[in-house]
Amino acid sequence: MPDLFSIKFAEWKERGQVVRTWSVRAARLMVGVPDYDTYVQHRQVNHPGQPIMTYEEFFVERQEARYAVSKGRFRGCC
Amino acid sequence: MSALAWNGNGITMKLLWGAIAVLGAVSLAIIALSRGEPVNAAWMVIAAVCVYFIAYRYYALFIANKVLGVNAGRATPAVRHNDGLDYVPTNKYVLYGHHFAAIAGAGPLVGPVLAAQMGYLPGTLWILAGVVIAGAVQDMTVLFLSTRRDGRSLGDMVRSEMGPIAGTIVGIGILLICVIILAVLALVVVQALRGSPWGTFTVFCTVPIALIMGVYGRYVRRGRIAEMSLIGVVLLLAALVYGQTVAQTPSLAAYFNLSGPALALVIIGYGFVASVLPVWLLLAPRDYLSTFMKIGVVTLLALAIIIVRPDLQMPALTKFVDGTGPVWAGSLFPFLFITIACGSVSGWHALIASGTTPKMIENENQIPFIGYGAMLMESFVAIMAMIAASVLHPGIYFAMNTSAGLIGTTAAQAAQVVSNMGFVVTPDQLTQVAHNVGEISILSRTGGAPTLAVGMAQILSSLFGGQALTAIWYHFAILFEALFILTTVDAGTRVLRFMIQDLVGNAIPVFKETKSWTNNIIGSAAACVLWGYILYQGVIDPYGGIWTLWPLFGTSNQMLAAIALVFCTVALFKMKRERFAWVTIVPATWLVCCTVTAGLEKAFSPDPAVGFVAHARTLSRAIAAGKVLAPAHSLGEMSRLVFNDYLDATLAALFVAVVIAMVVYAFIDIRKALGTPKATAVEVEFAGAAIGGRNA
Repeated sequence: MPDLFSIKFAEWKERGQVVRTWSVRAARLMVGVPDYDTYVQHRQVNHPGQPIMTYEEFFVERQEARYAVSKGRFRGCC
Repeated sequence: MSALAWNGNGITMKLLWGAIAVLGAVSLAIIALSRGEPVNAAWMVIAAVCVYFIAYRYYALFIANKVLGVNAGRATPAVRHNDGLDYVPTNKYVLYGHHFAAIAGAGPLVGPVLAAQMGYLPGTLWILAGVVIAGAVQDMTVLFLSTRRDGRSLGDMVRSEMGPIAGTIVGIGILLICVIILAVLALVVVQALRGSPWGTFTVFCTVPIALIMGVYGRYVRRGRIAEMSLIGVVLLLAALVYGQTVAQTPSLAAYFNLSGPALALVIIGYGFVASVLPVWLLLAPRDYLSTFMKIGVVTLLALAIIIVRPDLQMPALTKFVDGTGPVWAGSLFPFLFITIACGSVSGWHALIASGTTPKMIENENQIPFIGYGAMLMESFVAIMAMIAASVLHPGIYFAMNTSAGLIGTTAAQAAQVVSNMGFVVTPDQLTQVAHNVGEISILSRTGGAPTLAVGMAQILSSLFGGQALTAIWYHFAILFEALFILTTVDAGTRVLRFMIQDLVGNAIPVFKETKSWTNNIIGSAAACVLWGYILYQGVIDPYGGIWTLWPLFGTSNQMLAAIALVFCTVALFKMKRERFAWVTIVPATWLVCCTVTAGLEKAFSPDPAVGFVAHARTLSRAIAAGKVLAPAHSLGEMSRLVFNDYLDATLAALFVAVVIAMVVYAFIDIRKALGTPKATAVEVEFAGAAIGGRNA
């Protein structure tokens, strides 16, 4: 039978994981890489059977896109 | 902040908001009215935070709901075009972080430091009033308009709402602002590193460190951002600590003890090489480092200010409100309002708010939180910079920010000149500060970054490490600022290259091909020559460069803000919301007044300290008479100054022309809109249901 301590510990661990997941997502988007799981889910639901980039391909694609300059598309300064 | 949206009318809520208002008013009164006694920085923080909360609750939500008419049921571009890549419905807190990281840069850190020459009060009031009435309104409105137009860019939107000529004018404005921003930001780095082996060594080290990170993230462990960033930070800190040894070892220090012009050439060369290398190798890893460091340092500084609660040494007002200050030229109006650009209102944000953020908004009702809210945070960064500059002894502040032409090159001379200004300081105090931060000299380190670094070092070292770590903190702050300015130099040179290719490509179509190496090399070289010339001119300017160029930079940035707000006004009229158009008309009018006055004064003021043409004439007369005028050293130097004066005058006049042309177009469009009975704004049609965002 789990004691109170281990229940609390499990709760906190779960909370910690949620914070970690969202912090990682926020940090990645700050440097222009959106959430990969969301991308995979989107492809599976909306484009079933079509190819899905691996995380590595996804990363390279997003990295190029972030710094690609085109009409009216460029990145910041101040 | 989401609780703020709760339209509670209960007595508790009313009391709470009443209390915030009273607290804010009391804090503002304390910082505004106290004379003689040093004011604690905590009052400034409290005043700012209260203003932000009230502005968000009562003004941002009013604009969103009543003026713009955000519609929670309307599908955003992220929902309609969801592709998991560019268009992704994103959690609003995550997107807030993204948007803040994209708008925050060197601007809000440097401008307030320079504005402190008039005392902390005028700058602080403008930071607060400016963000509430102008800056955050601009960011939010542009974000809204772009969200309603599939995330299209500012230039694109102007073209479709106001016609191709207005669009081209905006394009020219953006090109000019890019050139000036790159030159002035690079100048800030040069002034910070000139004759500083420690700083120069650590900043140079960021290049190999970025290369290592780049290769790691591409070939060793592809896409592991956390790992590569961690490697980068560790190496960076090692370089920072080893820099002290370099500075203390004469044989090593000699390699990194560079003069201003030498540093300028190195940075121009760096800008060229960096902008032709593949992005994954240098730009991206540098960007990761600077983004994460930026967020980290801003958080650290906020915590430190709240815990340390330093006293402000700078008086609320100095005698330089009359426009005779040594840091930058010009009177309170209009020059204070262009000196602090980012932090109050920054035209550049209009480009960011019409960039990636509108493509990721889940629901229109999150627009105030992200557009207005992130700008409030940026304003808070500016307040912190103002605090960091004001905790310094004013004598030290002026010794650091006055050019060598005025205060000489020895501590004794400088102390005398600064004491004569009314800020009594001894030569010992000046050499002691230099010694504490591990520098040979802190005199005439204009540009704001070193002053901010000394202030930050003072605040942070009283939290961690004390005297022993002051030098490390100082160089950490310099490294942090140089890191993201150089990232901007790299990214900005690419932008400039693209614009040049686009422009020249109209005449020579083959030049438009951006995949061609030859084109890229020619384009990058042209871009570097453009900003590099202005940078070099600033570095060898006997007035110290910042004195001359910062007002020009501020004017260009506010010019873009004026353009953006004028465009927002036109859009409101075309949406048939003219009843509320004062929301953008008021800040637009103010900015048009400021930029036009500033531009005209910089170009044509009869006072040679302010007007470029008048200054050129004074110099020409002296040259004709064969006299050398201080601070120039030779007739050759003087004729170069004359040429640069005319160049700067032309730029200032161009800014004015761009703003006025934009206003004329706006009047024509507004008349047309008023004459049409139905809305004519070119929005994408209403479609489908939105997701998420129960509250804004």
